[in-house]
Amino acid sequence: MTTPTLERPSGGDRASLPLTAPQLPPVAPLLSALMAVGAAVLVGLLLSWSLIPIVVLGWLLLLVVLPTWSLLLEGRRKAVDRMVTGLVWSTFALAMLPLLSLIWQVVAKGAPALSVEFFTYSMRNVIGEGGGIYHAIVGTFLVTGLATLISVPIGVLAAVYLVEYSSEGKVAKTVTFLVDVMTGIPSIVAGLFAFALFVLIFGPGIRMGFGGSVALSVLMIPIVVRATEEMLKLVPDELREASYALGVPKWRTIVKVVLPTALSGIVTGITLAIARVAGETAPLLIIAGSATSMNWNPFSERMATLPVFIFSSITETGRYPEAQTQRAWGAALVLIMIVMALNLIARVIGRVFAPKTGR
Amino acid sequence: MAKSIDVSDLDIYYGDFLAVEGVNMTIKARSVTAFIGPSGCGKSTVLRSLNRMHEVIPGARVEGKVVVGGQSLYDPAVDPVAVRRQIGMVFQRPNPFPTMSIYENVLAGNRLNSKKMKKAEADEIVERSLKGANLWGEVKDRLGKPGMGLSGGQQQRLCIARAIAVEPQILLMDEPCSALDPISTSAVEDLIHDLKDRYTIVIVTHNMQQAARVSEDTAFFNLKGAGQPGHLVEFNATKQMFTNPDEEATEAYISGRFG
Repeated sequence: MTTPTLERPSGGDRASLPLTAPQLPPVAPLLSALMAVGAAVLVGLLLSWSLIPIVVLGWLLLLVVLPTWSLLLEGRRKAVDRMVTGLVWSTFALAMLPLLSLIWQVVAKGAPALSVEFFTYSMRNVIGEGGGIYHAIVGTFLVTGLATLISVPIGVLAAVYLVEYSSEGKVAKTVTFLVDVMTGIPSIVAGLFAFALFVLIFGPGIRMGFGGSVALSVLMIPIVVRATEEMLKLVPDELREASYALGVPKWRTIVKVVLPTALSGIVTGITLAIARVAGETAPLLIIAGSATSMNWNPFSERMATLPVFIFSSITETGRYPEAQTQRAWGAALVLIMIVMALNLIARVIGRVFAPKTGR
Repeated sequence: MAKSIDVSDLDIYYGDFLAVEGVNMTIKARSVTAFIGPSGCGKSTVLRSLNRMHEVIPGARVEGKVVVGGQSLYDPAVDPVAVRRQIGMVFQRPNPFPTMSIYENVLAGNRLNSKKMKKAEADEIVERSLKGANLWGEVKDRLGKPGMGLSGGQQQRLCIARAIAVEPQILLMDEPCSALDPISTSAVEDLIHDLKDRYTIVIVTHNMQQAARVSEDTAFFNLKGAGQPGHLVEFNATKQMFTNPDEEATEAYISGRFG
């Protein structure tokens, strides 16, 4: 491909450089799209194709028709522009496709399962129709809540150490490296770690919700450290110096100036980390196990969580596979709603705590 | 009580790099002393060593003596935090705390040091400091608004108000006007005139006219060459410095024939 160059006016008459050029009408993209789709549908009907080839053909036609039209009327540069614009939009649509179809599937299949009973009953003594996921919702909130209680202090303080106290020494480099390694730990390994730890303490065959929290915090701490570290690094040194110059000790500077300035980013990072681990299945399957009854005590006995509930509903269908599958879709929908709510909360918190300019 | 500063044989290092060597001077109480000199000659470094802000930078250290009101700042028993409560500082770029309102910014020094005070007392400090910084009239109706919403010149005066709210004995200013327009600059200069009755002020400036306008004494720093440490060339009364300096280098710099 040659690089596009500005077209010189013909005849070398530099004095009358044309600033106007022919342009496609604003409705041109829409018109080309209609034409491309129409042609594709026509061809598809004639050859009795299914929907997918028709869509692909229509898309290819659009990518050809509009740039060609533009090339004939507007010239090379604008034709390339229209073509690349078309490609960018196509990749965007392609990226959105799985997401939208996933949400559509979950909503379509999960929504019929939602009912008051679904949210207020556990699966105790339920065989076949009925029952609910109350126990799994409570379990998910207890396990991730405890995981958050463990990870946030450790993660935030570790980041404060790394940014404010370590002065880029050997310890800091080692810790940063280990945090990076921890980010890549497969979740099943985190579950095995927690299981091994609790077996060492309580003996073999131990199951408890708190073990799940420990496993999840192994996954969560590196995310919190990373997010907090990045946010603390964004706080300008001038603010720290301004505080020191007022005779404020370092720890108060960190607590009263640095952390509040970075608060919105830190809270957003934490909320996203919670959303990330709330859907973890593998570690909870190992250490928290699955249960059909309500269990309010995370320190003893098995505890149901939403991801594990979905997993076991699908794998252990028993004699009522339809009821089981429907409950699994319903639980999936609830889990997605919880994660989505956490994301929205993160955004709102980011807005609320952001430093205000007052302009 | 404003205090004088005695600096003797001061060498300042960044790690192994000697940034400034052999500074000797006496800065008088209740007067304005200006530091002038080319970029990189160590004016700001010397200024920052006067309230131990220098050592905030990792690896930075100081040899020699800085004596303020009879106390050596670099004595091992001295707490740098206590030093900075006595010797305030205003920076080149205005740096109000973004999470705080104008009111809270002025009180930051007191509040952050967890000083308990009554509302009336706090109000009084805010009003006095903002009036001292020539900012009261412009902000008195919007004290609850964020400090970041002010213009650059107002922010800088807010930072000065914040610095004088803790009632330091000495005020260090590191090019306080370099980011400001002429009108704000003149407001800050008027302020320096008002403040010098009560405070010892040291100001770093690149603007020779400003040094001539505001200061009683002037210190001229220079470099021998690139990579060489900066040193104090001449310390003299400003009037003499700008009319009949002792050193040829000073005259060359002031009259623009430098280098």
